[in-house]
Amino acid sequence: MRDVGEHRGVWVFSENRDLMLELLGKGSELANKLRAELAAVLLGCNVKSWAKELIGYGANKVYVVDHPLLKAFRAEPYASALTHLAQQYKPEVLLIGSTKRGKELASRVATRLETGCVPDCIQLGVDEKGELWMSRVVYGGNAIATEVCRTKPQIATVPPRVFEKPEYKEGEGEVIEAQFKLEEPRTEVVEVKEIEAARVKIEEARVVVAGGRGVQKKEDFQILEELAQVLGGQVGYTRPLAEDRKWFTEWIGLSGHKVKPALYIACGISGVIQHIAGIRDSQIIVGINEDPEAPIFEVADYRVVGDLYEVVPALSAALKKLLTGG
Amino acid sequence: MPKIVVCMKQALDVAEIKIDSATRRPITAGVPRKISDFDKNALEEAIKLKERLGAEVSVVTVGPEEARMALREALAMGADRAYLLSDSAFEGSDTLTISYILSEAIKKLGGFDLILCGEASIDSFSAQVGPRLAERLNIPQITYVRKLSLDGDTVVAERSLEDCYETMKAKTPVLITVTREINEPRIPSLMAIMKASKKEITVWNAEQLKVPNEKVGEAGSAVRIIEVVAPKVERKRIVIKAETVKELAETLAKAIIKEGVVGR
Repeated sequence: MRDVGEHRGVWVFSENRDLMLELLGKGSELANKLRAELAAVLLGCNVKSWAKELIGYGANKVYVVDHPLLKAFRAEPYASALTHLAQQYKPEVLLIGSTKRGKELASRVATRLETGCVPDCIQLGVDEKGELWMSRVVYGGNAIATEVCRTKPQIATVPPRVFEKPEYKEGEGEVIEAQFKLEEPRTEVVEVKEIEAARVKIEEARVVVAGGRGVQKKEDFQILEELAQVLGGQVGYTRPLAEDRKWFTEWIGLSGHKVKPALYIACGISGVIQHIAGIRDSQIIVGINEDPEAPIFEVADYRVVGDLYEVVPALSAALKKLLTGG
Repeated sequence: MPKIVVCMKQALDVAEIKIDSATRRPITAGVPRKISDFDKNALEEAIKLKERLGAEVSVVTVGPEEARMALREALAMGADRAYLLSDSAFEGSDTLTISYILSEAIKKLGGFDLILCGEASIDSFSAQVGPRLAERLNIPQITYVRKLSLDGDTVVAERSLEDCYETMKAKTPVLITVTREINEPRIPSLMAIMKASKKEITVWNAEQLKVPNEKVGEAGSAVRIIEVVAPKVERKRIVIKAETVKELAETLAKAIIKEGVVGR
């Protein structure tokens, strides 16, 4: 028998509802293999009504901490609620949604519980000895590291859209309400500026047409926009355009948005590993670059050596013709 | 005068990592190390605050003797003091133990108003050391900061989240992690490099930091790495060529449509 001490059960938590459901999907598979229960942690204010739905998505138990201090996500009260729960009910595995807030929370909770945390897992499993293993991208996208955690709970953070949301089924489960004295937040939110909705959704676009250093002027993105429009997709950028040229405030890559569209068209993108790490899971990658040695071609399904200023408009025209049957 | 501590990592220069084609393992031996990019932004921000408010800037790093190079560079950029936390017992540390070593060193430094870290390191990219350190020092943190100001004991920081920019306010002491957007790190002048070469680097080992061996390095770490391999790349690598751009575009358009990834 594997030694888990008194720690039992797989727990999932995310402040992001879609991600919480994705975690329940993966968590259920892990719980089966570990022959343990699956529990969701629900933190918030007046959120109890959501517990039933979480049970429908696979949770055997839902731990609820309902408290006014948990109304909006703040590091201190959330970390104290999750830590108290984990100390009282002792899960073996804790999966936390890897949003920026979730990562901050996971690091704080792992430190309070004096345990390890494997961040941004793209795969998780249980080996023949019943040990949890966790895989993540390291070295700027050059390698995948598989890690284990020898302390309990074993904490992993999981990014959005890595795992599928499970099917909803009416089911039975237990709801456990807990009350703790929570820490007050020690930071104050002064202002919140929403980022344009269209920009937020690049992860969900089926087609992404992205431009890199090969695009000479910001206005020239018009030709990429046109191609994106023909394909019903969105335009993306590389980090140098955002950070060096200051044209945009976000980018696709390891440190920015990670995308996995059905089609990714890289226009004038050399393809440094940090960028590749953000597009690796795309179904089909097309590379358009003047330099035949550009590393983007190493990961491209279709390689076009040529000037994007000629190829992209011609491609838009050709696709338009084929797609509209003209 | 505000006291600022900058935590730096001398990270593997990931752009220089090659993959062994037989084993698919990354070859890290001989790969040069450099100050992790985001940490340079943290240092630049500290120096800017120093220029504006007359702060005292200390840089701290955990690493082998070779990490002195990174500290020299930090001194040349404008840091006042440099601390190398170095001991063979620290080898194989994970974020749990690195944050512990840093927290003990920072306590030994005496008081501080601000701790600045990069949002993550370029080689490991875990983004954990900052928040873990804040937790160990029992101070608030603001992560992913793209704009920062310090006025007396009040920090105002704008952080970049997935769906919004959130402006936060906190009282010092506070820990901040910064993004690359926040500034453009300076390149030190030859003169500054010369001057920095004469500055002292303080080295502290496990004993001086009073950290027990079982709580640091591999012995104290929770996470064990089982395997590191390059991801499999299975791409078609089809070269599209044609006499004219028009023909090329048509061939590519047909190929894309045939993949069934767009349109009808």
